[in-house]
Amino acid sequence: MKLITFTNKGIYCPQGKFYIDPWRPVDLAVITHGHADHARWGMKKYLCHHFTKPILKKRIAEDIECQTLQYGEVLNINGVKLSLHPAGHIIGSAQIRLEYKGYVSVISGDYKVQNDGLSTPFEVVKCNEFVTESTFGLPIYNWLEVDDLNKKMQSWVLKNKENQKTSVFIGYSLGKAQRIMKAVEGLGKIHVHYSIGKLNQAFEEVGIVLPDYEIPDFRENIKHVQGEIVIVPPALLDSNVIKKIPDAATAICSGWMQVRGARRWRSADAGFPMSDHADWKGLLQAIKATEAEIVHVTHGQTEVFSKYLNEIGIKSDVVETLYGNDDDEVEKETTENPQS
Amino acid sequence: MKHFADLINALESTNKTNAKIDAIIDYLERAPDEDKLWFIALFTGKRPKRNINTNYMKEWALEITQLPFWLFQESYSSVGDLGETISLILPPPTEKIEKTLSEWMNEIISLKTKTDAEKKEFVLASWNGLDYTERLIFNKLLGGSFRIGVSSKTLINSLTKFSGQEASTLMHSLMGKWQPDEVSFKELISAENINPDNSKPYPFCLAYPLEKELEELGTPEEWQIEYKWDGIRGQIIRRNDEVFIWSRGEELVTEQFPEIAETIQAMKGNFVLDGEILAVHEGKVLNFNELQKRLNRKTLTKKMLSEIPIEVFCYDLLELEGNDLREKPISARRAMLEELLLNENPEKIKLSQVINFENWEDLNQIRENSREINSEGLMLKQKNSHYHSGRKKGDWWKWKISPLTIDAVLIYAQKGSGRRSAYYTDYSFAVKSGDALVTIAKAYSGLTDKEIMEVSKFVNKNAIEKFGPVRTVKAELVFEIAFEGIGFSNRHKSGVALRFPRILRWRKDKTVNDIDDIEEIKKLIQ
Repeated sequence: MKLITFTNKGIYCPQGKFYIDPWRPVDLAVITHGHADHARWGMKKYLCHHFTKPILKKRIAEDIECQTLQYGEVLNINGVKLSLHPAGHIIGSAQIRLEYKGYVSVISGDYKVQNDGLSTPFEVVKCNEFVTESTFGLPIYNWLEVDDLNKKMQSWVLKNKENQKTSVFIGYSLGKAQRIMKAVEGLGKIHVHYSIGKLNQAFEEVGIVLPDYEIPDFRENIKHVQGEIVIVPPALLDSNVIKKIPDAATAICSGWMQVRGARRWRSADAGFPMSDHADWKGLLQAIKATEAEIVHVTHGQTEVFSKYLNEIGIKSDVVETLYGNDDDEVEKETTENPQS
Repeated sequence: MKHFADLINALESTNKTNAKIDAIIDYLERAPDEDKLWFIALFTGKRPKRNINTNYMKEWALEITQLPFWLFQESYSSVGDLGETISLILPPPTEKIEKTLSEWMNEIISLKTKTDAEKKEFVLASWNGLDYTERLIFNKLLGGSFRIGVSSKTLINSLTKFSGQEASTLMHSLMGKWQPDEVSFKELISAENINPDNSKPYPFCLAYPLEKELEELGTPEEWQIEYKWDGIRGQIIRRNDEVFIWSRGEELVTEQFPEIAETIQAMKGNFVLDGEILAVHEGKVLNFNELQKRLNRKTLTKKMLSEIPIEVFCYDLLELEGNDLREKPISARRAMLEELLLNENPEKIKLSQVINFENWEDLNQIRENSREINSEGLMLKQKNSHYHSGRKKGDWWKWKISPLTIDAVLIYAQKGSGRRSAYYTDYSFAVKSGDALVTIAKAYSGLTDKEIMEVSKFVNKNAIEKFGPVRTVKAELVFEIAFEGIGFSNRHKSGVALRFPRILRWRKDKTVNDIDDIEEIKKLIQ
């Protein structure tokens, strides 16, 4: 008996007859979180955490059928006990716990163990079988403490202010952008790109209080943002929008910025290794804590990470999925820029 | 070391030369004089000898982290830099060590006489007392490799701005023999120990690519034609028994060509020559690849000097016995140059051959044939032309041969190093060999950053095996490869070797069925 199988439509639970984060249209899709590679269009019915619902509606369509759950609430689907548990990745992100005849599988989607101050912190869920990502599954990726990283970003903004420069942060519109807003709160007026503003509403609709922000129309004159803070999604990097911003100093916020070569490659003035994915230590810590007998690695540094798990005595295999790999963050973003 | 770390950080976070210069000046204003000296020393390649084997550093890092060796190698191929890989995998520091750059350098130099155990103790304690950025710099200082994207030109310009001293004087002073513990910063900058008048170079006269029909140039008699060589353009100065060789990048490269410097030294008089530095073996000009092997090395081995002999093909005389000749027509300068060189007939210092031709038609044929002698085309110089500063249209033209091209498919990709370590930038290409594929060339440059990112994405999705630095990919992407020459070769599986292969463009309009066949390519060999 297998509680989950990996099919060409996505991760499938045969007993429950539903899919988790499928990439082709199915009847019932359980969604771990609102990022576009995990929550796709065309499902007859969506099931997700209730924080995720407004995100899905904004990203997919207003009229989708969507059932929501709280963290920890148990739903019985065809005899399978299903519950959602915080994944700490972005707001509403959930690990999906499935239990059937005493056997427990957990599909974690994307996760991080660091508390970013916005998402509900990651919760350890013990299980027999764990499905993990491995985006940053190399020992070179170890994040700074959130406070230390925020301090670095803050001093960068202050230095820019001193030199009458505009601090332009480049970060994914869902999750990263809101963390950046929090990090620089109080240092100046925050201006966000339309696509970020739209998702901010999704946060606000579920009662999350974000710092004050404005949504300037980048098609118009934007001289007034001079010396302040601007946040734009990665798709706009190297675009005319950024070129229009007066005296811009640009900073990319991404886990890839941990490595010097990646920082130097991108034509930005600074790079902050801010990530919503678990770092090397985080992945290992989370996986060990589940006490799982088998760990399936779905995306990221799959081969290398899985090999290492096997070497340290954790049985593991690699599963091919269509979840975002590598630097696909930028690619995902391009689907949602009506304005640029 | 915090100031120095800030400087490195600032230098790395911008591509703009002016911002780099500002960062350097900012550092110079804050750093103590001893640190300034070390900064200049490190950035001009005056590094102390490596006292710690990198294998030991790797070993110690693995001991601390308990990671398997293969995982370290995977990390290394992802980062592209050993010192950085180590600095990233080590646990966060638990101590805080604050020392100036010169204090660090002195300690690192004093390791020479220490035992292995003492070295290890020093390195481990240092790693544990520095944050990521400082740790990386420390590893670089230990390792003796410090490439940081600042040309000596940028460094000189910053120092000029900081001190008011003239650029060529600074270059002369900095490129000379000095050690951080033997001079003061002030002495170095004020160039007290040198006579800058001896080294002062002239701006190079440059040519434009030919954009006219030959007939429009007038009569053949008005032009002096020479072969165009692909070597290092050099200005060779002999004044008051001192010898200097300047490259076109306005860097002093005297020490890179000791045999030339010696020959010039042995000559008489005072003069300034303009010519091409080339690798020449038994009268035949060698590929630039050969010359490149000798460039920018800390030490030139005897073996290298004998295997890659150098000659200079001189094409101009800019100064003779203190007289600036640049306003004289090239015909007059050429006559004086011939006299100078034919009189002394120095070894390794040759005249650039002037090509005799009857009509423009013949010249075209001569250009076509220039590939056979490893020349890259012709130089056309108006006989009345002065030696201009920089580029001036009309007097000097370069007329290069067009490259040969083939269509080939990408089969292997490897990540680059340094700035390019995040993406697959080094490619191997194959052409058809019957029904199979055979590797024909390796190429690094020619694509835009955007295209490289696109290819990287393809490599990530289509890699056939996933360990180690090299990825075998599905043969799908077709590129047009340009090269300067082709010959038979036993060392290559394809049986041919291409000279200067480079990516001309990505042929998205072509499929693997459209690529060239090796048998057809062999027909290109003359």
